[in-house]
Amino acid sequence: MNAPSTEPGIAAHRPSRLSPITRRRLAVFRDNRRARLSLWIFAALFVVSLVAELIANDRPIVMQYQGQWYAPVLVDYPDTEFGGFLPSPADYRDPFTRDEIAANGWMLWPPIPFSYETLDRALDHPAPSPPTARHWLGTDDQGRDVMARVIYGFRLSVIFALVLTAGSLVLGVLAGGIQGYFGGKVDLIGQRVTEIWSGLPMLFLLIILASLVEPNLWWLLGIMLLFSWLGLVDVVRAEFLRARNLEYVRAARAMGLPSHLIMWRHVLPNAMVATLTFIPFLFTGAITTLTALDFLGFGLPPGSPSLGELVAQGKNNLQAPWLGITAFVTLSVMLSLLVFIGEGLRDAFDPRHIQHAATPRT
Amino acid sequence: MPEPLLRLDDLTIAFDDVTVVDRLSLTVQRGETLALVGESGSGKSVSALGAMSLLPPNARIEGGRRLGDTDLATLSGRGWRGLRGSRVGFIFQEPMTSLNPLHPIGKQIGEALRLHQGLTGKAARRRTRELLEQVKLPRAEELLDAWPHQISGGQRQRVMIAMAIANEPELLIADEPTTALDVTVQQEILALLAELRDRHGMGMLFITHDLNLVRRHADRVCVMHHGQVQETGAVNEVFARPQSPHTRLLLDAEPRGRPLPIESRAPLLEARGVGVSFQRPKRLFSRRPPPFEAVKPLDLAVAPGETLGIVGESGSGKTTLALALLRLGQGSGEIEFDGARLDRLSGNDLRRQRRSLQVVFQDPYGSLSPRLPVFDIVSEGLRFHHPELALTEVERRVRDTLREVGLPEECASRYPHEFSGGQRQRIAVARAIILEPRLVVLDEPTSALDRSVQKQLVELLRDLQARRRLSYLFISHDLAVVRAMAHRILVLKDGEVMEQGDCRQVLEQPSSDYTRALVAAAGLAEVD
Repeated sequence: MNAPSTEPGIAAHRPSRLSPITRRRLAVFRDNRRARLSLWIFAALFVVSLVAELIANDRPIVMQYQGQWYAPVLVDYPDTEFGGFLPSPADYRDPFTRDEIAANGWMLWPPIPFSYETLDRALDHPAPSPPTARHWLGTDDQGRDVMARVIYGFRLSVIFALVLTAGSLVLGVLAGGIQGYFGGKVDLIGQRVTEIWSGLPMLFLLIILASLVEPNLWWLLGIMLLFSWLGLVDVVRAEFLRARNLEYVRAARAMGLPSHLIMWRHVLPNAMVATLTFIPFLFTGAITTLTALDFLGFGLPPGSPSLGELVAQGKNNLQAPWLGITAFVTLSVMLSLLVFIGEGLRDAFDPRHIQHAATPRT
Repeated sequence: MPEPLLRLDDLTIAFDDVTVVDRLSLTVQRGETLALVGESGSGKSVSALGAMSLLPPNARIEGGRRLGDTDLATLSGRGWRGLRGSRVGFIFQEPMTSLNPLHPIGKQIGEALRLHQGLTGKAARRRTRELLEQVKLPRAEELLDAWPHQISGGQRQRVMIAMAIANEPELLIADEPTTALDVTVQQEILALLAELRDRHGMGMLFITHDLNLVRRHADRVCVMHHGQVQETGAVNEVFARPQSPHTRLLLDAEPRGRPLPIESRAPLLEARGVGVSFQRPKRLFSRRPPPFEAVKPLDLAVAPGETLGIVGESGSGKTTLALALLRLGQGSGEIEFDGARLDRLSGNDLRRQRRSLQVVFQDPYGSLSPRLPVFDIVSEGLRFHHPELALTEVERRVRDTLREVGLPEECASRYPHEFSGGQRQRIAVARAIILEPRLVVLDEPTSALDRSVQKQLVELLRDLQARRRLSYLFISHDLAVVRAMAHRILVLKDGEVMEQGDCRQVLEQPSSDYTRALVAAAGLAEVD
């Protein structure tokens, strides 16, 4: 809420916002080399994949043509701009356009000159073609660059998981918090409803849905969000149940604060620990589910860069092992990193691991 | 002088270069009780645990330790296992957690017998029963198969004692064995320990913070402060002629004085027929059992500026009654506060009324949210009830209130974990009085604090009462504190009022047997 005063007398003491236990947890996490390294690697990979357009794309990053600057990554220029006669966006891979631009200027290509949906028509092998200098990880059975698809697919998976986790967090904490804080009948009815709800088969629902509508990212997200928050409810509810009888919560009630303020300001910050440890596992769960759906063909629309689809291609093209191996390595590295981070978090919050740092009471 | 049973020479214990016990030397003879006394943090438990090498690995222990003719300093892991539980018995403070909830009592005692004497089967059972009888537990045969949650705190402590003496140890280390128990139960447990000590000729190291118990139950006393020995000597000697200033301070720490006289008797809070009962769960196909009456309907009244002490042991319904009066828990009956019927208010009306009806809880660690700075904690009610106040005005009031409860004003930006128990309790008091209430419910505000801190808090509360004409509802099991605070007393037992009346009169001429037992167990020092 309000920051404590900025007057010199009060600001003189620089408070440490972190309680000693939080600092000890951070120290435990930092001491865990595997978790710390995993976090750094994962963060680096994610940041790199965020600018995937600059790394793998079928259009140049910048170019100069007839003394003018263009940034095709950001802007769609019509073909007519570069001497063509079609009003459609220019195809920079087209030999005619290419020669035209080379004659009148220059282009700076990304290191991988293919986007995830670019079909390479100039392959020397029939697709799927093995790894070459041109396609570092080969192409899939439609002649698309696997490396580009992996980069975009990684980004899509992580963003999907991020949004899903954030959404589940909001819903789960809300539902669990209300059940736990009010208890009694609210809790009883809420628990039964969540039990029934969690009995619905999510996978079948998705499959049925796939036959009704064209599933896109938002549909999938929406449907999975309907169910993924259920795992959090129990954790949060238990924390709130415990906290509602704590004395500072009682004191807040005695002060006449309304329930929503008490929950937001007093209970929630202290209930976040259990929730926080749960997040990495929610995250991996989201990635796995998305991959599984794509593998089965009920996931993202065809053409999307998806790791699950790559797995499916690997299965269908056993003669092209680079597909399966790439999918396997990507998924296992990504999930292992997340599991290591999750383990580090869990250990950091585990009282048994920080016990040796605690001073015994007399 | 005969060879002592336990001898510590210059025992020094450090955790990561922080010395917590500094050159402690003491001896315990067979058949005597040595009390190790000190406030929390003085290093008394660490000394005992360190002497038996029961500390975490980052503790460094130096100095000579001998038990009889065994040199403890050089003992190996196997040697220790043979010694602990067989030649040395332990009793810990918390009877609720020191028994394993997943094993029946007989099995837990039997484990010590099996490990050290190899007793199993019938023989172990017979011996376990004997032990339970020795610690005077009724129905010993049934208790063998009872679970820890089925017996009371006092009984659990007896079970712990039975475990500790199972192998007839030479030395018994009792670490605050009665702190979590009611006063009347305390006396029984300590009498039992003395009897067992005499019967088996054990030496006893009795760790406590309660000088009252030391006076009555120990032969010699060793006073510790900040890890250093202040004074060692016979109990009579030390109590009569304390040598060190710290011992004098401890002895003088009992809250003294009387509450200020009050002016009017017109009640501020009046409760008529207030009771609390809980519905018991209904079993399938059986009639619903009658509700459990936690507090039987009772009447009480508090005048402005008056303190009503509510006294009782654990489970007597003191806190339940207070929560019902505050409308924080369920309850029935009429509650009239400041001319308004509190029991009929709800929603926003009740919230507004809460300003003048505040509460301070027992646990100084649990009653402040660990994630808010003191400024937010203290000002929260003010900001909610008076949103019209400017930030500078709120800051001014927080500063004034903190100063009034004796805290430096710059503590506003710190977090609760940076304060000691006594300071936290002052923060809780500041949070209560900043709304300018008329009545404050104090639910055991002093019982988690050291005696000397208690005394200061009692003085603060009396000051505030005089300055602001506050009424208090003072809940406590500690008669010494109640005597220093309350004008009138209400004695509760099992939810029933045993006695109600003028404080001095109730304590000096109790009319019910129960009050008489309480007063006797408390062992109040004489005051004028």
